[in-house]
Amino acid sequence: MERVFRHFQDELDQLKERLLKMGGLAEERVRESVRALIDRDHAALDAILRGDEPINDLHMEVDDRCFKLLALHQPMAADLRVIVAAVKINTDLERVGDLAVNIAEAGKRYLQHAPVKPLIDIPRMGELAQKMLRDALDAFVRRDMPLAEAVLAADDTLDALKTQIFRELLTYMLQRPETIEPALDLILISRHLERIGDHATNVAEDVIFILSAKDVRHHQADAPKSNDS
Amino acid sequence: MTGATRTVPSLSGVVARGGQPPASLDTPVKIDVDRLNFYYGEKRALDGISIQIRTNLVTAFIGPSGCGKSTFLRTLNRMNDIIPGTRVEGKVEIDGEAVYGSNLDVVALRRRVGMVFQKSNPFPKSIFENIAYGLRINGLTRTKAEMAERVEESLRQAAIWEEVKDRLHDSALALSGGQQQRLCIARALAIRPEILLMDEPASALDPIATQRIEELIYDLKKNYTIVIVTHNMQQAARVSDLTAFFWLGRLVEFDRTDKIFTAPAEKLTEDYVTGRCG
Repeated sequence: MERVFRHFQDELDQLKERLLKMGGLAEERVRESVRALIDRDHAALDAILRGDEPINDLHMEVDDRCFKLLALHQPMAADLRVIVAAVKINTDLERVGDLAVNIAEAGKRYLQHAPVKPLIDIPRMGELAQKMLRDALDAFVRRDMPLAEAVLAADDTLDALKTQIFRELLTYMLQRPETIEPALDLILISRHLERIGDHATNVAEDVIFILSAKDVRHHQADAPKSNDS
Repeated sequence: MTGATRTVPSLSGVVARGGQPPASLDTPVKIDVDRLNFYYGEKRALDGISIQIRTNLVTAFIGPSGCGKSTFLRTLNRMNDIIPGTRVEGKVEIDGEAVYGSNLDVVALRRRVGMVFQKSNPFPKSIFENIAYGLRINGLTRTKAEMAERVEESLRQAAIWEEVKDRLHDSALALSGGQQQRLCIARALAIRPEILLMDEPASALDPIATQRIEELIYDLKKNYTIVIVTHNMQQAARVSDLTAFFWLGRLVEFDRTDKIFTAPAEKLTEDYVTGRCG
């Protein structure tokens, strides 16, 4: 029993390690895409566009590991929740990698025009989205419930920044129609960053599920529960 | 380990904490056990067990070897009475009738509460006689035709009729292990009990035979209240509606099976179902 269990634990540790690696790569690509946009660094944007094979490879590997752990070890309780959550976190991290590519694509288009305005809120959004992602993964590793809950709270700030950017750019577009094209790309970029925050929120919700078995998605924690104690 | 001190850590506990048991699990209480202690000589094997077994549901007892789950199962139809030096304290009621009442007819009790054991134990007689025997000694049938009817009904209920109908008078010992176990289930069903106690009924069977027993349990719960002891947690998860986890003679946690195996309330249950203890 003990040997079998150790085997399972080793597999579980490796699964977590892969997810963290993937999260690190995704976060780095988000950081790099926003930096390249701010620094008008074409080469860096091209590098991001050249692909995210490492993340995609990990995406498939993590799914495969989860699938095998479920089939071979038939985990229960907290172990089961970790693996089911890992499948979902995996998808969220892969999407973050894709969104970094989307930011780079919009960034490339944006750089073909003169700057619409100094970029202030987009870097703030970038930093906040990265922090949310980092905190969600830290909460996963450290089994830190308050940190996961803080990620959920931060999402409102990110949403507010996105709305603020949209309003501000709308004024520019109305006053100077030549800014419409690049301004739309900035709006798109803010939208991508907001989506990254949503994925970090999903990860945090999964961490809460792992730790407490409570499903807090769609504000379910506020509603009376019919199937839980 | 707060669960060990709760008198009824069951669906009533769920309700007390603001939840509602799903309607399908909220069936009438069939067996009501209150603060049951059981002793082998001086040794206390069961410590303050309180649990409510519900009608037409499958309740699984899980726990490591020696935790008292089989002992507890056997207190429900007084099978422990035959072991010298044993003693029971507390209350067991079936439909409100005290199982350990002074004027209770134990034979009548066991007619209401059938039992299937780990090792199939057919009589060294024909398949037909294995079923007919209990009917005959209990005087439950009057004519040969009625007897044949009841034998067929029992074998059908135990999902073995098709396999044995052409050789009813062959020896039961010629059947495979899985068939023998289903024959024993048919034998238990023949006297039309209300409750079926199953003590590790599939632990000696191969996966296919096990699957048949599990399907049978699923079918039988429409008509019977079933309590199954199993050391196979996947089996408990597959076949039962409610699961009780025993540890060192105590009932640690009793709740919906899905809850026990996905999000148990007690740390000890969590450690046991994830293989970290036991």
